[in-house]
Amino acid sequence: MNTSLLKKSLLAALLAGTWLTAAAALKVGDTLPDLTGFSLEGKLPDTKGKVVVVDFWASWCLPCAESFPVLDELQKKYGDRLIVIAVNVDEKASNMDKFLKKHTVTFNIVRDAGQKLVATVSPETMPTSFILDGEGKVRFLHNGFHGESTRKEYISEIESLLK
Amino acid sequence: MIFTMKNKAFFLLASVVLLAATGCANVKPWQREHLADYTMRPDRDPLGVAQKEHIWFSREEASGGSVVGGGGCGCN
Repeated sequence: MNTSLLKKSLLAALLAGTWLTAAAALKVGDTLPDLTGFSLEGKLPDTKGKVVVVDFWASWCLPCAESFPVLDELQKKYGDRLIVIAVNVDEKASNMDKFLKKHTVTFNIVRDAGQKLVATVSPETMPTSFILDGEGKVRFLHNGFHGESTRKEYISEIESLLK
Repeated sequence: MIFTMKNKAFFLLASVVLLAATGCANVKPWQREHLADYTMRPDRDPLGVAQKEHIWFSREEASGGSVVGGGGCGCN
């Protein structure tokens, strides 16, 4: 083996390593993977043909707690026309339960105990929410929750999809 | 001959880079539960922080800039 080939091999190995460690994050235009394939704890609603908000959250994340009343407001406001699914990524179910006792909500909560779904979706921050159209395609993406400005964006985006 | 000085230097550098890369922990946003814990906050002990800042001020004639708010949650 000559030196040039060795160098090329080493470079290729480094590049491959970088590629393998960088998971492809779900972005606008992508289709959310089928949620039934990730052994999520909790009941998944039928989302066929519905506008869906999929929110990734954790009990230790303060902006997640701030976002919950807004997501609950949206679920109540749009009723059957909108489905909110909040995917919890806590390591311990007890932390999630404790959080939910404090923050009572009416929307769907599931737990990604094995963190398989979240690893597939690879959100950039906590919380991250994806707004999907009736075909399950990501139309809007929110990294983090920024109070009233995010609330206004949610409403405008959901209403654009409900038209 | 593969092991010339130039090649040796290259392999040494590559080994250092690879070893350094293995030392980097890439903590994903959803794995920051322990980093977000209260005990990870640098300002969790107000008295301790005040004492340290007093010592710092006495020694350097400057204060502040040592602690930022929040823990290691990395949220938002």
